[in-house]
Amino acid sequence: MAPKKAGMRLLFFPSKAEIVPEPYGLVLIMTSWNFPLGLALEPLIGAIAAGNVIVIKPSELAPATSSFLANTIPQYLDNTAIKVIEGGPEASHRLLQQKWDKIFYTGSPRVGRIVMTEAAKHLTPVTLELGGKCPLIFDYSSISSNLKVAVRRLTSAKWGSCSGQACIAIDYVLMEEKFALSLIDMLKRIITRLYGENIGTLVNITRIVNKNHFDRICSYLKDPVVAASIVHGGSYDEEKLLIEPTILLNPPLDSAVMNEEIFGPILPIVTLKNIQESIELINSRPKPLALYAFTHDDAFKNRIVSETSSGSVLFNDVLIHYLCDELPFGGIGQSGMGRYHGKYSFEAFSHEKPVLYRGYYPDLAARYPPWNAFKMEFCRLGYNVDYLNLALHLLGLRRYPKKDD
Amino acid sequence: MELSTFAILDPVVGAIAAGNAVVLKPSEIAPAMSSLLAKYVGQYLDSSAVRVVEGAIPETSALLEQKWDKIFYTGNGRVARVVMTAAAKHLTPVVLELGGKSPVLVDSDVNLKIAVRRIIAGKWGCNNGQACISPDYIITTREFAGKLREMLERELNRFYGSEPLQSSDLSRIVNSNHFDRLVRLLDDEKVAGKIVYGGQRDKAQLKIAPTLLLDVPQDSLIMNEEIFGPLLPIITVEKLEDSYDMITSRTKPLAAYLFTNRKNVKEQFVKTISAGGLVINDSAIHLTVHSLPFGGVEESGMGSYHGKFSFDAFSHKKAVLYRSFLGDAPVRYPPYTHGKMKLLRALIGGSILGILQALVGWSSYSALKEKSA
Repeated sequence: MAPKKAGMRLLFFPSKAEIVPEPYGLVLIMTSWNFPLGLALEPLIGAIAAGNVIVIKPSELAPATSSFLANTIPQYLDNTAIKVIEGGPEASHRLLQQKWDKIFYTGSPRVGRIVMTEAAKHLTPVTLELGGKCPLIFDYSSISSNLKVAVRRLTSAKWGSCSGQACIAIDYVLMEEKFALSLIDMLKRIITRLYGENIGTLVNITRIVNKNHFDRICSYLKDPVVAASIVHGGSYDEEKLLIEPTILLNPPLDSAVMNEEIFGPILPIVTLKNIQESIELINSRPKPLALYAFTHDDAFKNRIVSETSSGSVLFNDVLIHYLCDELPFGGIGQSGMGRYHGKYSFEAFSHEKPVLYRGYYPDLAARYPPWNAFKMEFCRLGYNVDYLNLALHLLGLRRYPKKDD
Repeated sequence: MELSTFAILDPVVGAIAAGNAVVLKPSEIAPAMSSLLAKYVGQYLDSSAVRVVEGAIPETSALLEQKWDKIFYTGNGRVARVVMTAAAKHLTPVVLELGGKSPVLVDSDVNLKIAVRRIIAGKWGCNNGQACISPDYIITTREFAGKLREMLERELNRFYGSEPLQSSDLSRIVNSNHFDRLVRLLDDEKVAGKIVYGGQRDKAQLKIAPTLLLDVPQDSLIMNEEIFGPLLPIITVEKLEDSYDMITSRTKPLAAYLFTNRKNVKEQFVKTISAGGLVINDSAIHLTVHSLPFGGVEESGMGSYHGKFSFDAFSHKKAVLYRSFLGDAPVRYPPYTHGKMKLLRALIGGSILGILQALVGWSSYSALKEKSA
């Protein structure tokens, strides 16, 4: 990558400055299990482009992809530069004890803390792509002429994305209470059409990754108050690790399902008197990776952008920002730190090294001791970039304090 | 501790510009500056948005237990690890401005007088060597070392006089701890006989004179910690190229300096040496260039600031995508037919031809798949 030129003030004449990107060096990429190929290869591309040497540790919860990567990468990529190490928590722990020049981790906030704590021992910079409860603000009345498309998109970002097991899947919906039943009705119809009538006839939907996560998600529904809020679905098949698309209406805000990232096919709908209240509710919670809003109200859009904080904001669509090379993809607060995709991937794995080239003349005596009032005034004017007075000062045409207080 | 006002207020400027609320914890090692800041920040800035908390280790530890949205730390690697570990508990992003041993390479093809003046300005001119970007040690060829040393001695005499401890232009050592630490470096038996200039010290005044050492062993104390003081070892090598291995075998410094007129030497240096920042034919001055990011790499830190980079350091660049409901592609929804997969593939690949082919229902990919099925 060619160095970037940096502008230089006249004060530093003659000088030239540039920013030279260089690779960090030895990079560790730890990936998640839900999109195991993409989440391994996307950062890998950035790291290679930036000139690094890489170790990938794929998630053991997606064993088929893990062995695919372990078998295929050595056949096509330079083995001395890129290695795949398979294994579970033990392997991850041992890898994290080593000294890396950069660590890129995709996964949960809990493990993100562990990664950063280990990285701190070696002062290794990290990019953490975590998750969060990504809300969808559904401004029903504002988008009444586009409801069909809106509902389709909502569905695709909940059950269509790995049955909700995606960091940018819609976690819960916020809407005005008077429209809730209409939306639920539309959702029931589309779920039936796309995914089937019940747990026995479920199609086009992913299963839950493993028994642990299956139990975790089912446990949300075991809370009696939450169970009472089920308006659709709620059944599951333990043998096949399937949970049918489930909708909850106003589960308690302090329940587990409303405080942990669901990462599953349960969709809580939280109703409000006025859709504007959604901003306050979102701000009372940790910052999400993505914030979705379906609305045509421009003033509301502006409020959302300026009054909430999230990794990204997406209006009237879902998920698609993931594919935009021009947009940085990353979280904030609990949803992560750092970003990638497109050129941001290159930057994530580069150290931007500034280089300043200086000429010898003019060499100003004011820089050197012994200090006196004239030199101090020169420095003061230089610091304020006051060229006119600087010139007058050098020509002796200016009065200045003779005592440097 | 070093370049007090500059280093302390510089990040505050960036944080405020980016719209943050700020708590500033100045170093307790510079107590006068700490109370000055506490007084004036309280007087002139909005107290509901900018506060100063004074104190030492207990106060710092208590601060680090809180949940911050960003932590900016300037100091040493040992405490930086503590800061980052504390930050990890809350997933708080950090900027760490640390230090290191900033080497100066001096070529024989150079304007020696100006080069030496600039080395002196960056070393003793900056708080008597107590600055993160002060030249730490010099590497030059055996052949040239004599001339370099002579010029250094001559210019040092001119700047600080023959009694440097009496010069009012020489900063003190910050406290007796650091004074003792520096004296230990000088009294190390491995460097006995290597002091070729200076070495005077005054414990009562906490002053140490500009001191040059010649060819101290690589395993001496002075070559294994950041000096942060007025001692300058000069290491000689057979040819300048030999210095690269010496520099790259150590942890990456915050800055690296080269004085030369030769273009190929400059290119080799920029290509080979990794550091927070590089300066050719000057020292320390990149600190004041607003268009260059100032920060370290590896042991010398992470993140950067100065100028717009300060604003960036304290901002989250949020991606916002505005979409319309019109033109909703059925390819996004199940059932995921073969035809939809072809189109999706072509769309993501960005190939117009591929998209047309997929729409027409004619794609070589699909033909191949059918064959192998």
